[in-house]
Amino acid sequence: MSSKSDPIISGVGQSAVGKFVDRAPLLLTIDAIKDALDNAGLTIADIDGVASWPGRLETALEMGPVGCDEVIDALGLKVTWYNGAIETAAQFGAIAEAVSAIRSGWARHIVVYRTVTQGSARKKPELFPSAKVQGVSGAMAHIIPYYALSAANWVAQYASRHFHEYGTTREQLGQIAINARRNGALNPKAIFREPITLDDYMSARMISSPLCLFDCDTLSDSSTVIIVSAAETGPDLKNVPIRIDAISQALPGRYTWDQPVEPACYPTGRRLWELTDYSVKDVDIGQLYDGFSFLTLQWIEALGFCPVGEGGRYLEGGHRISREGEFPINTNGGQIAAGRTHAFGYVREAVRQLRGQAEETQIDRDMKVAVTGAGGGPLSMAMLLVRD
Amino acid sequence: MATRPRPIVDPLSRFYWEAGKEGGLKLLRCQDCGTWLHPPRPVCSHCLSEDVAPEAVAGTGTVYSLTVNHQAWMPGLDLPYVIARVALDGVDGVLLTTNIVGDDALGVAIGDPVRVTFEEQDGIWYPLFERA
Repeated sequence: MSSKSDPIISGVGQSAVGKFVDRAPLLLTIDAIKDALDNAGLTIADIDGVASWPGRLETALEMGPVGCDEVIDALGLKVTWYNGAIETAAQFGAIAEAVSAIRSGWARHIVVYRTVTQGSARKKPELFPSAKVQGVSGAMAHIIPYYALSAANWVAQYASRHFHEYGTTREQLGQIAINARRNGALNPKAIFREPITLDDYMSARMISSPLCLFDCDTLSDSSTVIIVSAAETGPDLKNVPIRIDAISQALPGRYTWDQPVEPACYPTGRRLWELTDYSVKDVDIGQLYDGFSFLTLQWIEALGFCPVGEGGRYLEGGHRISREGEFPINTNGGQIAAGRTHAFGYVREAVRQLRGQAEETQIDRDMKVAVTGAGGGPLSMAMLLVRD
Repeated sequence: MATRPRPIVDPLSRFYWEAGKEGGLKLLRCQDCGTWLHPPRPVCSHCLSEDVAPEAVAGTGTVYSLTVNHQAWMPGLDLPYVIARVALDGVDGVLLTTNIVGDDALGVAIGDPVRVTFEEQDGIWYPLFERA
């Protein structure tokens, strides 16, 4: 439950973000670390831990181009704890590991980073010579061979079922992208800065029905850093610490993108409220995974902002999730407009909003509680962040 | 159409990928409690029995969900094409990701009845479905 001893986010930072940033992945990572250190008022010498999801990923280097050991070596860090691992509930797994390490006393200030070079890899795949794999294994062996080659295809089938069962429409789902692009227009770092209308959305090129071009996020080169620190260091920091009030995760059965198992965000959302003294009514702002817009709809339902099946009607007209609405979400444009920083961008934006430091994208209200959700299908973690 | 990305065939899944050679579809099933185990695994997640064996199933079912893919994710794809999740008649708790094929494939809807057909590529018989 909520406690003054909860680990805090002391600083957030980010490198340049773009479809193609001409900078080595390790240097992007160091850019983001320097930015986060400055934000926290810490120096390299204060850092005694490093964490990342997924660490260095040899089979898909653009997804995980930098391992923890490379960061430790490059910065001459002397750490007492580090962890880079992919077998965890979602991208926030690295943040959860850091929280555990802080609680255990293994470190006091942990740099947690997510670096991606999926933008560059698309343009220049030769820069990322990933290890060849023999064939499709595991659960994916029963999905990929049917030319279901992208997560767009997997998520689209959850979406079309939701449309069928609950009467959800493209006009309703489109509000996620319209909101993202409207917010992205305010964000100088966003990749897409032009707003779109419902007409633009409805006439957009179909990618994998019912998901059109605007339902999909855009690949980026970027590094985003969250520094997780011990609560007692809070008074010495440059900026207001943001308390990590609760982190929840779940895997309700098989790790699957197609079997009849409840998507993991639903039990993760229910679990979040068991781990905190706050309730859904206390939430001021949300930063919810929009790798595909339909995942955001699922997170809205999963976290209890509306009943399961009502996500489409909740989004109707788009006001509720807008900057002026009761639950503003993805205020920097999310991944749809600001680029796939792969979940860590939501945490950075949540912290900046709670501190009143989001500059152009700032919501003009006194806000104390932010909720974030990361992942889709079997991948799922949620986090409640609080400014005390 | 491009060659299908090839699954890794292991001793446990070989029966599944070769079942189409005889024209039928088989799934692994717990012989003690009857739970269907797909994708195949060597122990029953319901009763932990290791007595699991392939059983023939009806090659008919209904479309649970679907998507029409329009995006050229790799070279050589004939666009658009239908990816679907099919619920097999008489098989609880399992969905098969597959392609709906045939002249009228693009008109398929959730709830439509379908029947299995196989496409062989290099020793693997992929279970695909056409509208029944």
